[in-house]
Amino acid sequence: MGRLRIATVWLGGCSGCHMSFLDLDEFLIDLAGKVDLVYSPLIDVKEYPENVDVCLIEGAVCNRDNLEMLLDVRERTKVLVSFGDCAVTGNVPAIRNQLGARSSENVLQTAYIDNAQANQRLPSKDGIIPTLLERVRPIHEVVAVEAYMPGCPPSAQRIRALLECVLEGRPPKLEGEMLRFG
Amino acid sequence: MAAKTLNINGKQVSADEGATILEAAIEAGIKIPTLCHLDGVYDAGACRLCLVEVTGVNKLLSACTTRIAEGMEVHTDTEQLRKYRRMTLELLFAERNHTCSACVSNGHCELQALAWQNGMDHVRYDYCFPRWSVDASHPRYGLDHNRCILCTRCVRVCWHIEGAGTKNVAGRGAKSFIIDDLAQPWGDSETCTSCGKCVIACPTGALFTRGSTVAEMERDPSKLAFIVNARERKQWVV
Repeated sequence: MGRLRIATVWLGGCSGCHMSFLDLDEFLIDLAGKVDLVYSPLIDVKEYPENVDVCLIEGAVCNRDNLEMLLDVRERTKVLVSFGDCAVTGNVPAIRNQLGARSSENVLQTAYIDNAQANQRLPSKDGIIPTLLERVRPIHEVVAVEAYMPGCPPSAQRIRALLECVLEGRPPKLEGEMLRFG
Repeated sequence: MAAKTLNINGKQVSADEGATILEAAIEAGIKIPTLCHLDGVYDAGACRLCLVEVTGVNKLLSACTTRIAEGMEVHTDTEQLRKYRRMTLELLFAERNHTCSACVSNGHCELQALAWQNGMDHVRYDYCFPRWSVDASHPRYGLDHNRCILCTRCVRVCWHIEGAGTKNVAGRGAKSFIIDDLAQPWGDSETCTSCGKCVIACPTGALFTRGSTVAEMERDPSKLAFIVNARERKQWVV
């Protein structure tokens, strides 16, 4: 068997989960010796490749770009892991769902007009904001997910526990307090 | 008082006549998950987490409101119960906006702890994302309806320990909500004594001390049982 092909993806989140991934410190060196990191915001690869064994996916599905990316990732990945509270629950990005059925319009109105201190106008330049979805969704509401890693962000210890399952060829699964949200 | 003997998870247990299954289990060192139960006030059977199986009864019963009977056979930890407990927790999370990461009670929340203790790694139901407000009209405390699970612990301590009768429940079903007096801003309440017992009783981040930010809200509900014990039995057990 060749080396495991691992990826990490960043959708609608703050990148805190990826910062926590970097907190793995020296374990990252062990990891680099055992797996190939084939796609990640932390490395310079433009296109999500085929045949990825395990992908940690951070963030909720907030806009068209997120959605298209997620569908590609699902198609090209064997084991998809919801990485952090935004991916698992929608978390902070999903707060805008409380603004109702037209939350994509309402959230821009709220952020750029109603609550703006100065320069009250909507960003209008073409392509500057990807088309927002009407409802922010956790990953598993859109595609099937094999494992869940709650936490905002999940601690490096939690990320390591899950990656160790993967390295030992077991299905990734966290238990007990490792499942705590927040 | 006469004792009754029953069987919980294969263990022979005896407890006072009139005790609930939950009380008998606690005395025997058997843990049943609870959320709306609060030492010091009567039980309401509101949260359904303490559901148990009783042989010969074809529905699940809440351990906190079911009295023991001689020869009763109770199971508290079967596969069916674990499945239902997890569903109940998922429904509680889906019903309102429990954004743990941005909650005053993050890390000290009974709902959050029950979720991981019962293996809830995600919620399978669609979240409702209802629009609820925060009542910040009281000078010392706040009420965030987004985090409320309608356990009524605040209502029971307000009526039955403090005797003020400020807190109540209005509405029906999932649209029920906690009110003060005649559904007016908490700060305008004429009956609230600002004792803070409701805040101590809250299992989530729904009631909080003003000025607390994320993860800062800690409380000690055993203070409430202490007051009741001192008042009713004249025992000052710290």
